[in-house]
This record gives sequence, C-alpha cells and structure tokens, in this order.
Amino acid sequence: MDFGSLFSEFDVLGAFWVNIQLTFFAAIFALVLGTVLAVMRISPVPSLRWAGTTYVTLLRNTPLTVIIVFCVLGLWGQLGITLSSDFQRNFFWLSVLGLTVYHAAFVCEALRSGVNTVPVGQAEAARAIGLGFGDSARLVILPQAFRGAVAPLGNVLIALTKNSTVAAAGSVAETSGLLKQMIEFRPDLMVAIFLVFAFGFVILVVPIGVATTSLSRRLAVAR
Amino acid sequence: MSGSVLFDAPGPRARRRMVWVNVVATVVVVGLGVYALVLLDRKGQLDADLWRPLFTANAWENFFLPGLKQTLIAAGLSIVTAGVFGIVFGLGRLSASRTVRTLSGGIVEFFRAVPVLIMMVFFYMAIPRLDLVSPKDLPLVAVVLGLTLYNGSVFAELVRSGVHSLPRGQREAALAIGLRRSQSLRLVEVPQAIIAMLPAIASQLVVILKDTALGAIITYPELLAAARRFGSGNGNILQALVVAAVVFILINWLLTRLAEALAGRVGRRTAGRARAEAPSLAVATAQD
Repeated sequence: MDFGSLFSEFDVLGAFWVNIQLTFFAAIFALVLGTVLAVMRISPVPSLRWAGTTYVTLLRNTPLTVIIVFCVLGLWGQLGITLSSDFQRNFFWLSVLGLTVYHAAFVCEALRSGVNTVPVGQAEAARAIGLGFGDSARLVILPQAFRGAVAPLGNVLIALTKNSTVAAAGSVAETSGLLKQMIEFRPDLMVAIFLVFAFGFVILVVPIGVATTSLSRRLAVAR
Repeated sequence: MSGSVLFDAPGPRARRRMVWVNVVATVVVVGLGVYALVLLDRKGQLDADLWRPLFTANAWENFFLPGLKQTLIAAGLSIVTAGVFGIVFGLGRLSASRTVRTLSGGIVEFFRAVPVLIMMVFFYMAIPRLDLVSPKDLPLVAVVLGLTLYNGSVFAELVRSGVHSLPRGQREAALAIGLRRSQSLRLVEVPQAIIAMLPAIASQLVVILKDTALGAIITYPELLAAARRFGSGNGNILQALVVAAVVFILINWLLTRLAEALAGRVGRRTAGRARAEAPSLAVATAQD
C-alpha cells in the first residue's frame, strides 16, 4: 500500500476537522467568559476584582490536561453531568468546556494587556466629560483595548488551536489519536505521517499569526 | 495597575453605592461557590470517606510524591535541554551566514507551530523502532524530547528578540574594542539578552511544568497519572484530581512570583528592556 491510499484508509481531514471544531467553539465561549472576567478585574467592585483574579490564578496554573481529565472523569464520571445525549458528542462538549475555562483565563490576561495600552489620558478625558465607569468602559476604554489586544488574543487562539489536541485526554477522537493509530498501522512511513500532521498544524496556525499581526497593525490606534 | 485609571476616586454617594454593589457581588460569588458545594454534597462527593485516603501516608508515599518526582524530573531535564537548544538556535538565528539564519529560523518556527502532544506521541511511537533507549525510559524520553523542541524554540526566539532589544551601542562598543562579531554576540550581547529575558524565561518554566502533564497521555507516570491511578483505586478520582491540581497550582504560583520578582530586579543588570512574555508566533517572520 502506498502513501496515497493510506489517506483513503484513514480520515486525516476528518480528524483535523474535529480539532477545528473544538477550537472554534472553545474560542467563542472563551472570548465571552474571558471578556466577563476582564471586566470584573478592571471594575471598581473589590469582590468582583478578587473573584476574577482568583479564577485567573487558579486556572492559569493548572495543566490543561488535568482540567480536561477532570471534566471527563470528574464531571461526567463522578457527577454524571452530560452535555449531550450522544455518547461521543458528550466527550466533545466536555472537552470544549475544559478548553474554554482554561483559555478564558488567558483571554482575560490578553484583554487586560490591551487595557494597559490605553493611555491614562483617554480615561481621564472620558471622566472629564462626565461619563461613569460603565459608559467610559463601554464607549472609550474597551473599544481601544480590544484593538490593542488583537495580537495577544491571536496568540491565545494559536495556543488554543494547538491545545485542542489535548482533548485526546478526554477520549475525543482527534489528530493526536489518529497519528498514533496510523503509525501503529504503517510504522515504515512514520516520519512522513508525522510531517503530514505537523504541517497540518503549521497550515492552521501560521495564517492566524500572520492575520492577527497585520490586523493589529491595521487596527492600532494612531497615537 | 490597569483598573485604577478607569474610575475616579469615588465621592460619598458613589462610595455608598459601591458598598451595595460590593455586597451584592459578594453574595453572588459566595452563593455560586456554596451552590457548587451543595451540588457536590448532594452527589456525596464531600463525604469524609472520599477525602480521608488522600491524607494518608500511603497516598503520598506511593502515589503523589513519586508522581511529583517524575514530574519534576521531566521538567528539570527539559529545562536544561531546552536551554541548550534555545541558545544554539538563538545564536543560529543571529548568525552572519544567511543559510544558518534561514535554517534555524525555519526549525524554530516549525517547532513552535506543532502541538507538543503531537511531537510526544510521535517520539513515543518512533523511538522503539530505533532501539536506542530501554522501554522503561521510553515515556520519559518522549516527554523530554517533545518539551525540548517546543520550549527550546521559544527560548531561541527569546534569545533573538533579547539581542534585538539591546541598544546598538552595545555591539558597536564591542566591535570598537576589537572583538569579532561572534565574540561580541557571545560575550556581550547574548548574556545581556538572557538577563533581560529572565522574567519571560521564568514564566516559560510554568509552561514546561504544566506541559509535563501531557506525559500522562503517553503513559509517563507523572503526577496526573499517579492521581488517576490513586483515584480509580480508591473510588475518589475527583478528589485525587483536586489534590494534583492544588500541587500544580502551588508550584506554578511560586514560579510566577519568581518571574515577577525577577522582572523588578533585572533592570540594572542589562542594557535591554525586560519583557514578561515570549514574542508571538509568526510575528517575527513577518518582520524579517
């Protein structure tokens, strides 16, 4: 059997599609949760600030593998929480949950670094024309902060894309599992098989880096 | 402090309002925590019987401490090898020869784009065919190789961007006193670059330590694997995972504090600017 028929035997594109789906859903949910956390951390309310900071400290310092294993063995195995009636789909959504809560902490940090790019004068000007916290955050600070956060958010998205392989720890059939199967099946072609998977990720990840870099330059607030 | 610029020093009315908002927020946050505990209790997960085995000598002597030891061994080895890889390829990216520069650049960008787990799985499957290491060491070797290639590439990027962040005068002065370009790099620029990048390097150590947990997927008996084994043996997997997570969080929190302390300190020892994080992927390629 040659190299070409190996790919008709194994669904490599399908496996990458699973990783893309994991990344897509986790990215959306993590962006929402991360934004909420960032607003909490910059708010004037001490208890919200504390809650946001604690969340980020705890989740950022826990290995993603532990979080995903916890979601599958803990939430589903012990507590019986199911996110889908379909057995396989349930693991998928539990892994999305794990990826979301982990990367939300990094989204929060990226947004905070974006807030740091906004000069103090902007906030002072917003206050001077009589805007309160809510209005000045919504109309003045956050729009500029999001622009300043495009590059760090791109980094989070890149990390998320690569980390979607960790869903293997949550029994999701994705690329790293398929890589193992394929090498088991054709050990003589293992380097070629590895390169296919590796370049698959290069193709996924490098455009994100290039796009977010050029986007952040284009969106940069001229100062 | 990013937050403080957003709002004015509050007046009496705002302060009263803030007290109320604070109380409500506290109630909501604490309420969510209590609700989670109640749910756990309803499932019987807070039973002392499930937690007690975790604080016995057996749990720590036979599971958590050996697991932690394996985690630290893998992390320690990877830090050393990744450091060597990073300096070699960092120098390669700064080399005078265009071929060496392009080659090192390609290698570094490639390994930064490939997921660590993909590399680990590949080495785990590939090494036995070369017959170089004993099967006993196989998972460790695969973990260390995967971590080395990825984190070494990040270190190489740090060395390069650290050298680029130095003022031009450093190199000019080195050349003016008669050092060759390679000597200037080796004796003047790279040492300063590494000091400027120490905070970023320290925060990368957190990444290395966390990524050793990927080893559990390829049967490396580190802390997470030990916790799983203990948990499935005693029927308290959830509690065992919590303990493993707490250990990871504590160590990483200490490393993060170290990184912060370093960031405040290194300013005097280098002409470069201290940076807290690794430069992002593909940004460098876009600039070259």
